Amino acid sequence: MITIPQNSLIAMLVILCLLVIGSISRLFIEKKNPEKDYTELRQRIQSWWWMIGILFACMSIGETYAIILFGFISFLALKEFFSIVPTRQSDRRVIFWAYLSIPLQYYFVSIEWYGMFIIFIPIYIFLFLPMRMVLIGETKGFIHAAGIMHWAVMLTVFCLSHIAYLLVLPEKNPEAGSMGLVIFLIFMTQFNDVSQYIWGKALGKHKIIPKVSPNKTWEGFLGGMLTITLIAALIGPFLTPLSISLSLLAGLLINISGFIGDVVISSIKRDLEIKDSGDLIPGHGGILDRFDSLIFTAPLFFHYLHYIAY
Amino acid sequence: MDRTYLNRKGIGKILQIIFFALVVKPLVFIILGLNIRGKNNLPGKGPAVIAANHNSHLDTMVLMSLYPLKKLYKIRPVAAADYFLSSPMRAWFALNIIGIIPLERKRRVAKKELFSGCHDALNNDDILIIFPEGSRGQPEQISAIKKGLFHIVNERTDTQITPILMHGLGRALPRGEALLVPFNCDVVIGNLLTKPETADDFVSQLESTYQELKKYCITIKH
Repeated sequence: MITIPQNSLIAMLVILCLLVIGSISRLFIEKKNPEKDYTELRQRIQSWWWMIGILFACMSIGETYAIILFGFISFLALKEFFSIVPTRQSDRRVIFWAYLSIPLQYYFVSIEWYGMFIIFIPIYIFLFLPMRMVLIGETKGFIHAAGIMHWAVMLTVFCLSHIAYLLVLPEKNPEAGSMGLVIFLIFMTQFNDVSQYIWGKALGKHKIIPKVSPNKTWEGFLGGMLTITLIAALIGPFLTPLSISLSLLAGLLINISGFIGDVVISSIKRDLEIKDSGDLIPGHGGILDRFDSLIFTAPLFFHYLHYIAY
Repeated sequence: MDRTYLNRKGIGKILQIIFFALVVKPLVFIILGLNIRGKNNLPGKGPAVIAANHNSHLDTMVLMSLYPLKKLYKIRPVAAADYFLSSPMRAWFALNIIGIIPLERKRRVAKKELFSGCHDALNNDDILIIFPEGSRGQPEQISAIKKGLFHIVNERTDTQITPILMHGLGRALPRGEALLVPFNCDVVIGNLLTKPETADDFVSQLESTYQELKKYCITIKH
């Protein structure tokens, strides 16, 4: 029997309505300018349907399925990371072990073993991977390789697994349930991307970090901040245990850390001289292109919430 | 040695579809993952030849997975007889499930006889997959290109060559390794080669095309 807490159900329906509006507007725009090519816009919206559909389906049929889904996303993200960064041929077996951290980390989430969840990668994997490298014995490029591998696991497994841990936190807002937290985090993070983009397009003049991302402007950033803190203050009490003012702060946190996540992943891609990190999501690029902000917002939002409400 | 083929349009085709649907495609698209560039350049129907670089046993699986299941039986990798027909089990699998065209690398035979299997397949409107380097070589490096492929297409007016460059599979499963490590791989499909005049022209054209296609790989640090 599928049971979705009422507030989360309403939030899901609102998001689906937004998607319907998006799809209909796309049709209108296409009708109006038949000579222009809207393939990318169409792919983008279609991919949104798929991503949101899969997420909602997994969360609705049960927490375990949602945890498996986030584990799978971690796998795709880690694979993408290892594929675009230079790795040594001799590190293949170490990388294999790095992948094995995913089922363990998400297992700790599923049994709600917070102590292990929080130290498994920063301590055990951190110390294990260089040991495995030593057993192979290739010392040329050792520092570089050890650094890359641990950074990869931290970003794609440790940081992202915080989304899954939200699902197993005790329910403090029974009307929204634990999935309300996930919906709040993901929706605010993605909406932050969108609103920064729109504000930047409309008013953008003063560049923040032209060397990394020439399209990021102060106007976009501050406009996004205004939008996101207001929306967060409105829907925070509805979906999370946070009060209006604490929700406003959560929005501010998501806004700033989402921006940082975005530009950090952009810097990685700049360094490697690539535009997208992969091909997996039509119209969006790779998994890392889509989850860049979430990698930063997830752990920060989680620990903010954990400190305040638990 | 038993070289009898199963019916390539009947039971052989069905077994191939099952194997690719349940094993190969999930492996290629989920455990690995492809960054495909130039998908429109992929030849849709035969006679045609795909000339790809070769680093891993996965190369053939990846190239065949680019095609829908019901077209698979028309895609024929040309593979070394001395390796793939070396045991009855392996031979049965290679001939029936993968659908290879065995090529005698070691025995000295006349060119005509050597390539007769390839010509039969091309006459049957199949799409051949050929690795012009001859063998898998060092991980992620392109070895010297051999001239055999030139002699196949030179005799024909109906067959053109599509170059494909793959990168990353030598990391996922290099020669001599049994452990597969997941990596995304680039598959860059180039434009048709212009009809080469001489064997040397063919070699230099293919070499420079591979270098050009490398620029589209995102798994190479440029």
